[in-house]
Amino acid sequence: MREVILVGLNHRTAPVEIRERISFPEEDLDRYLKTLQDLPGLTEGFILSTCNRVEICAATRDPEKGIEEIKGFLAQQHHLPLSEFEDTLYVLQGEKLVRHIFRVASSLDSMVVGEPQILGQIKGAYRTAHTTRTTGTLLNKLLHKAFSVAKRVRTETSIGDRAVSVSFVAVELAKRIFAHLEGREVLIIGAGEMCELAAQHLVRGGVKRVLVTNRTWERAMELAERFHGEAIPFSELPHVLVRPDIVISSTGSPDCIVKREEVATIMRRRKNSPLFFIDIAVPRDIDPQINTIDNVYLYDIDDLQEVAEANIKNRQHEAHRAEAIVAAEVEKFCRWYQSLEAVPTIVSLQEKMEVIREKELAKTLSALPKVSDKERRAMEVLSEAIVKKILHGPITLLKRTSRNSEGESYVDVVKKLFRLDEE
Amino acid sequence: MNVLFFQVTFILYLCGTIAYLIYLLFTHERVAWIGKYLLGLGFVFHCLTFVLRYIEAGHTPVINLHESLSFFAWMVIGFFLLLRYYYKVEVLGAFVSPLALLLLIWAAALPKEILPLPPVLRSWWLPIHVTFAFLGDAIFALAFCAGVIYLIQERLIKSKRVGAFSGRLPSLEVLDEINYRALTIGFPLLTIGIVTGAVWAEYAWGSYWSWDPKETWSLITWLLYAALLHQRLTVGWRGKKAAIMAIVGFGAVLFTFLGVNLLMEGLHTYSEWSR
Repeated sequence: MREVILVGLNHRTAPVEIRERISFPEEDLDRYLKTLQDLPGLTEGFILSTCNRVEICAATRDPEKGIEEIKGFLAQQHHLPLSEFEDTLYVLQGEKLVRHIFRVASSLDSMVVGEPQILGQIKGAYRTAHTTRTTGTLLNKLLHKAFSVAKRVRTETSIGDRAVSVSFVAVELAKRIFAHLEGREVLIIGAGEMCELAAQHLVRGGVKRVLVTNRTWERAMELAERFHGEAIPFSELPHVLVRPDIVISSTGSPDCIVKREEVATIMRRRKNSPLFFIDIAVPRDIDPQINTIDNVYLYDIDDLQEVAEANIKNRQHEAHRAEAIVAAEVEKFCRWYQSLEAVPTIVSLQEKMEVIREKELAKTLSALPKVSDKERRAMEVLSEAIVKKILHGPITLLKRTSRNSEGESYVDVVKKLFRLDEE
Repeated sequence: MNVLFFQVTFILYLCGTIAYLIYLLFTHERVAWIGKYLLGLGFVFHCLTFVLRYIEAGHTPVINLHESLSFFAWMVIGFFLLLRYYYKVEVLGAFVSPLALLLLIWAAALPKEILPLPPVLRSWWLPIHVTFAFLGDAIFALAFCAGVIYLIQERLIKSKRVGAFSGRLPSLEVLDEINYRALTIGFPLLTIGIVTGAVWAEYAWGSYWSWDPKETWSLITWLLYAALLHQRLTVGWRGKKAAIMAIVGFGAVLFTFLGVNLLMEGLHTYSEWSR
């Protein structure tokens, strides 16, 4: 019976000094996979390597040997003595392994729980392994199931729905106001890292043009160039507000630079086309009163932070629901896996009984030479019926393949009871 | 037979509405999917109800209140299903389906027997006039629902309560666009409804316009929507104002449709209408 084993390390078990040395670059992944599969103890292999984790999953007939080989493989490929990183490794088997794989795919094991990239990374790694033909029935089944569990978690909980960083919150909010970000214009007032980060997210979301204005003209030019945008003289600020859909402001100005009356006037010229202000500056740049104007929306840094914190709390709550889904799926998968094991056990149980029956029948018949054909047939039928009746209970139990109260597999119990492994 | 189909329709809409409300409250994508199919299936049965009733009655079944309410609900659901092809606004269903369901609950409580067609209504103008009038009304019903959601979403964003609930609602821009589309499609239909009514009135009653309460209220409704359309195109009345106007306008639609017949006497009130 083949088993799946996993050896891995992640951001919790290994410091970055180890993680950066043990990694499998994507472009060489197929070569690594082949080397892995060529190890004598392994029949299937899969490597996931991201900046936060390395996981090697394999199918083997001899788990102990397989684990040693994978550890050796890690050391050899990265020219590191095993002793230097062995204690950062975790080794998983059986139910724990299934749970781990499902949790990783569902982004429950990530540094930022619910982040969406990990599923794509696993799928990419699987695609490589699949095209290099290093995965077989067991790993295919396990990983496909992991993908569907991840999908279930994503659709049935809102774990990945909501932004947990301030700059992403701004993008999320923009999407509640605007149907999409394609073709929009964004105006950046001032500079600052957060400002730039938010603008970057917006551009990635499809924003067409970035306008930049700054008290220092050179600074405006510089930033505009970086976004392939347009620099606007600071004095034109009130007029240029006709153009953008989103305004991000973060200047060092001690008082408001965008006033309510200015915005009210501009809204008439904009024919009330919605305008979303994001004020990241402290002290604030934008008159808080403008939030009362129709079709104008204002969020300052505290608002954004509050939303982000609420979203983090929500994620933790959703993570609990996701764990429940994972637990249910792990149980289902393990049951399926055990049923694989049950079939050969049933067959060998039947074979063993048949051997005993035939042997004992022959013994009896040789002691009774005067038995007629009819009586002989009757004895055969009798012995067959007894064996069948005795085996009925154990076989139905094995087919249901549930576990007993001690968590021991019935397959093992039956093997022990009938001594199936001896001979 | 048509009554049986009506009851099936009713149950399907009821289940569809429940599914959509669950979706609204707990974000289960699959539930919305179920709701969509329940409504779709309900709509098919609703169509069959009309076909059967038409065959049994021998005239377009829009004579009494039961039939009119059912017809209205049918169009509202029909337009919603159509709208879903153009906009991804599943959550609108949680507002549209209860509205249609309310209309059907009322219709279900009324006597359902087929009445003989009064001689004055015996004309091809009946289906034409009534269909156009209801087409306009049904589209305004969607604008009403979009308007209600707009006000909720706007309030949530302005007061910075942008949690999961707000995330389930469509963006303000989409809601406003539905409002605008509904206006540009519904207004001409309402106009045609009124004009065909006037032409028919000339044939049936001998004058184009006789200031019957229904006519008066239709005109008021028409003026309301005309004002909204005008303001929208010239000074950019959009967002909250447009949403409020869509809600007010739909109030006028409902009064023209129901209030006038239930509360006032006039040419449009036929003796058996509401009994």
